[in-house]
Amino acid sequence: MTEFLTAAVGFILAMLALGLVSILRGPGDADRMMAAQLIGTGGIATLLLLGTVANLPAAIDVALTLALLATFASIAFVKKGLSSLEADGSASTETT
Amino acid sequence: MSLLRDIITIVAVSAGAFFFLAGTVGLLRFPDTLTRLHALTKADNLGLGLVVLGLLPQAASLRDGFKLVSIWLLGLLAGATVSQLIARAARQGESAR
Amino acid sequence: MSIATIFEIVLAAVVLGLGIWTIVVRETYSATVGYVAYGLLVALIWVRLDAIDVALTEAAIGGGLGGVLLLGAAARLRDSEPTVADAPGKAVRVCAAILSALTAAALAGAVLVLPDPAPTLAPAAASNAWATSLANPVTNVLMAFRAMDTMLEKVVLLLAIIGVWSLTPDSAWGGRPGPRHQADPHSVLVFLARLLPPIGIVVGIYIFWTGANHPGGAFQGGAILAAMWLLAIMAGLADTPPVRSRWLRLVLIAGPGLFLVVGLAGLLFGAAFLSYPPAQAKPLILGIEVAMILTIAATLGLLLAGAPERSARQ
Repeated sequence: MTEFLTAAVGFILAMLALGLVSILRGPGDADRMMAAQLIGTGGIATLLLLGTVANLPAAIDVALTLALLATFASIAFVKKGLSSLEADGSASTETT
Repeated sequence: MSLLRDIITIVAVSAGAFFFLAGTVGLLRFPDTLTRLHALTKADNLGLGLVVLGLLPQAASLRDGFKLVSIWLLGLLAGATVSQLIARAARQGESAR
Repeated sequence: MSIATIFEIVLAAVVLGLGIWTIVVRETYSATVGYVAYGLLVALIWVRLDAIDVALTEAAIGGGLGGVLLLGAAARLRDSEPTVADAPGKAVRVCAAILSALTAAALAGAVLVLPDPAPTLAPAAASNAWATSLANPVTNVLMAFRAMDTMLEKVVLLLAIIGVWSLTPDSAWGGRPGPRHQADPHSVLVFLARLLPPIGIVVGIYIFWTGANHPGGAFQGGAILAAMWLLAIMAGLADTPPVRSRWLRLVLIAGPGLFLVVGLAGLLFGAAFLSYPPAQAKPLILGIEVAMILTIAATLGLLLAGAPERSARQ
């Protein structure tokens, strides 16, 4: 069982790496925005399997944190940070 | 009983790994941003869901099981909303060009 | 070669490759995305090394807040780029590369010459866990055995926020940091910013609470709370508070302040500065940590929001 799960971790991690290569290559920023989402799902699956293999129940908590914050990072990528310079159209109506 | 649980785990995790493979192939082969987004969010969330399903029989306690399921639900929520936001950003980028 | 070794090699190769890509790539946006992805993957390595507490911190800071900070910096730099027309010359870049390579080599050398087995105080920390009745050795070290370091760390956070605020122009002093975000109330972002923070607050408090006996703690929990706060700000549902607000300043000093009060009480009534009586150790530590999680969440959020830019009424 342990060997099967370890092999599954390695396989999913390799898929994650390949996907990351294709996303980071671009061409546009919109492609790169997918990176946090990809690591979110792939990294969480890796963490959960790893936690089961190594018998570390606390790895589930790391996965939970990752699930929350990968969403947050994705939104930060789309909004391009706190400075709403070219955020979603309606934003950035700063009056000083 | 333990054998049955192991079989469920092996089948579901293998199916999950297959969907990760499908998602990556989609990312590598699909031509433009929107189709790649489709490959990413659909296949990844299905892959994560199957991995979670496969690990449920191995969970140490009921609480761990709940946490596993809520992680998957968070993943689904993220996939659904973030893909909308990215698709919108991609369209704006196209129309600006 | 066992299957676990192959997994470790794959993981190390992915993280190293991503790190090199982040350095080599030209646009700041791509480099930031690469760096955030790198941070999320490093959390996997910490889990593999059985350092779950560190993995949680890395996921909370490197994955979420660090990316927002760097993206904000990149946007600011892009604004001022036309005025800084002259890029650094070749000599400067070669010097920077040599300096970085030497630093990396020195670090690698330091790791390689570590004595084996490494000197450790872990058995001492584990055998004295009874004194606090907390089961997580990391929390024991942070909150009891080396409480002084943790308290000074919180003071450093306070100094950092003073440093950021000192960049405020006179006209905006006391006002609100960052631009006011306005978003369509029916947009997907607003939907998510309404749905996610309640879940995130529960998870943040859970990570903090579980830190007594399992990996977790006030810093990781506070970072999650700060991320949820910033999400509501980015969606336009909440505004940043004016920095002259009394309540805000009270929250900012609550953590180090309570820590100091408890420490001085230990000096007056107990054995030494920051010594807890064993019977009350757990409630005291818990109280300090409750104050700290609020301080950490507020400080991290405000550090990312930056210096005040507009008056409080806007």
